[in-house]
Amino acid sequence: MKFELTEEQTGFAEAITDLMRSADSVAVARSWAGGDTAPGVKLWGRLADLGLTALVAPEEDGGLGGTLVDLVVAFEVLGHELAVGPWIESAALSPQTSGEMVTAAAAPLAPYAADAQVARLLSGTAGAQHASIDSTRTLTEVTGGEAFGAEALDRAVLAAAAQLVGAGERVLADSVTYVKQRKQFGREIGSYQAIKHQLADVRIALDFARPLVFGAALGEVPVSAAKVYAADAAYLAARTGLQVHGAIGYTAEFDLSLWLNRIRALVTAWGTPAYHRGRVLEAITDQKQAG
Amino acid sequence: MDLTLSESELAFQAEVRSWLAANVPAEPLPSMDTEAGWALHQEWEAKLAAERLSVVSWPREVGGREASLIEWVIFEEEYYRAGAPGRVSQNGIFLLAPIIFDHGTPEQQARFLPSMATGEKIWAQAWSEPEAGSDLASIRSTAVRDDERGGWILNGQKTWSSRATYAHWGFGLFRSDPDSAKHAGLTYYLFPLDAEGITVRAIAQLDGEAGFAEIFFDDVFVPDADVLGAPGDGWRVAMSTAGNERGLSLRSPGRFCAAADRLVELWKLNGADAPQSRDAVVDAWIGAQAYRLFTWGTVTRLADGGEMGAAGSVNKVFWSELDIALHETGLDLLGADAELLETPWMDGYVFSLSGPIYAGTNEIQRNIIAERILGLPREPKGAAK
Ligand SMILES: Cc1cc2nc3c(=O)[nH]c(=O)nc-3n(C[C@H](O)[C@H](O)[C@H](O)COP(=O)(O)OP(=O)(O)OC[C@H]3O[C@@H](n4cnc5c(N)ncnc54)[C@H](O)[C@@H]3O)c2cc1C
Repeated sequence: MKFELTEEQTGFAEAITDLMRSADSVAVARSWAGGDTAPGVKLWGRLADLGLTALVAPEEDGGLGGTLVDLVVAFEVLGHELAVGPWIESAALSPQTSGEMVTAAAAPLAPYAADAQVARLLSGTAGAQHASIDSTRTLTEVTGGEAFGAEALDRAVLAAAAQLVGAGERVLADSVTYVKQRKQFGREIGSYQAIKHQLADVRIALDFARPLVFGAALGEVPVSAAKVYAADAAYLAARTGLQVHGAIGYTAEFDLSLWLNRIRALVTAWGTPAYHRGRVLEAITDQKQAG
Repeated sequence: MDLTLSESELAFQAEVRSWLAANVPAEPLPSMDTEAGWALHQEWEAKLAAERLSVVSWPREVGGREASLIEWVIFEEEYYRAGAPGRVSQNGIFLLAPIIFDHGTPEQQARFLPSMATGEKIWAQAWSEPEAGSDLASIRSTAVRDDERGGWILNGQKTWSSRATYAHWGFGLFRSDPDSAKHAGLTYYLFPLDAEGITVRAIAQLDGEAGFAEIFFDDVFVPDADVLGAPGDGWRVAMSTAGNERGLSLRSPGRFCAAADRLVELWKLNGADAPQSRDAVVDAWIGAQAYRLFTWGTVTRLADGGEMGAAGSVNKVFWSELDIALHETGLDLLGADAELLETPWMDGYVFSLSGPIYAGTNEIQRNIIAERILGLPREPKGAAK
């Protein structure tokens, strides 16, 4: 029993982080949102070279044969550093050993295909495009298309949960930095209990969501449990992060907005909290629930 | 990363499980805060001790079986899963014993630990005072040096002392240097609750039972042999257990997982009548799982030589709120019957309500998390603490 990451796993997370920071992943995300996907495609290629899309593909198929824990490690960083592109689809739902950027719809969990404007649609016919609250996600309607197996879908849900934890951590870290600097009434706002206690609650929520995500990767709890808690924790981080930033947090130009909107999108993408609560109930009572 | 148990851990688990299955009383014991229940709880402690299961992690000489931290958590999980009685000796074994191990003299260890392990002597924690709750360092009860008799004279009043109504010994902090301010000049004393000059007055709790008490000290003599740690060093000594109380030792995941399992069973019976409780049932179950997994992470860290530190505060806020949520949801599912005092749900609920208050209120824990984990600025002087 050793419920912690190995040195290789922490090293892997650091490697992804370093690569994304040196490529200025936030600037990349901003161009992606503005319609220029070239820098994003380039960064994608470099991350794919690290093995991200092939991570959990079996070795006999040319993949890295990584575990779901490895997948969680990677997606937490992708969330923290605001990766753009259909990572959930290309690395978790349908791992691509070639590093190719693919996308898919998987109703009812993900009724739209993300980023079909740049990625190859795995199956079905692309229809109308819609904007998302997350300006780095373009959503495409798909008709026809094949269904994915339960295992593939669970991997995608797990990846979304891990990404939420990473994004929530980032918002918390940025919020802590901000409240230590911003002064009102003659002192740092972070010295006021009303601010402290809200951020402490975010710390608590994230600290308990992360073990659930790793626990789900190890098969200890249903992935739906992880998605519910990760979404709740990240959303609390987002709401609190916005509040403690005041109006600057409400500004599109301020980078925090990118994470706030990413979190809001991922709360309902890959299964709404209500959907996943229903699945958890089914799993713990061994009975199908009506509705 | 893995959660698999070793051969020997699995063997330990199997042994504990089968012993508990054969020995846990079929009917829950009466409340430990009644005279009859107290005696039965002491008997239960003795039964556990005979099997060296009352203090599994302690050395063999003092009644334990030198179980590892992992085995301790395994034991706790099995204990609560089996529906075994609450631990009447918990203040002593979880809050005092770690200090006696770290700061006690060999003589104190030999004198106090074995009878604590068997449940023969039950201990009460006498820290809070009427004017010193969250601001514990402002305590006023005094200790004055008595060189002639080789000891100290205690005066003052303690309050909210759990189980002091029937307990045998108490441990507490007193101001031994009258000129000292706050944390300095406090000393840690051990004293029999039937000592001359001590008066214990029971205080009824929310459910009417005398779960805690006030303790009055009127020129109570404590010999030097019953001072724990160095005189004047009481605060540091005491704080080395505060982390325990908030963290692992008092609240093992087994309690919450067992309650969550009972909640799921109750949902299967009554859920159709209370569909609005669905999310609360699911969230409470997930919460218990999150707590279990979080604990394994903590155990891994501690086993690797890490320290609990301020992380105990994260733990405390979470378990105390989870405990209330679990029981509130249970009451909702019982409908009108929830009101009945005899259900284990109401018992558990009333107890859970004190969680955010004792062991340092959740407001104080949030301050600790914000200041020591997130690194936010302390309150300016005079604003608080
Ligand atoms: C069931 C139960 C068992 C107990 N058992 C024991 C025992 O065995 N031994 C023992 O010594 N004590 C025991 N206690 C006492 C417990 O430790 C205290 O109740 C606790 O420390 C809080 O102190 P207080 O009750 O005086 O509340 P106060 O300190 O007066 O607090 C009242 C309210 O003000 C808030 N507050 C206080 N200071 C601050 C601050 N700086 N910032 C923000 N909010 C603040 C608190 O959070 C709380 O909400 C027990 C309490 C209960 C309920």
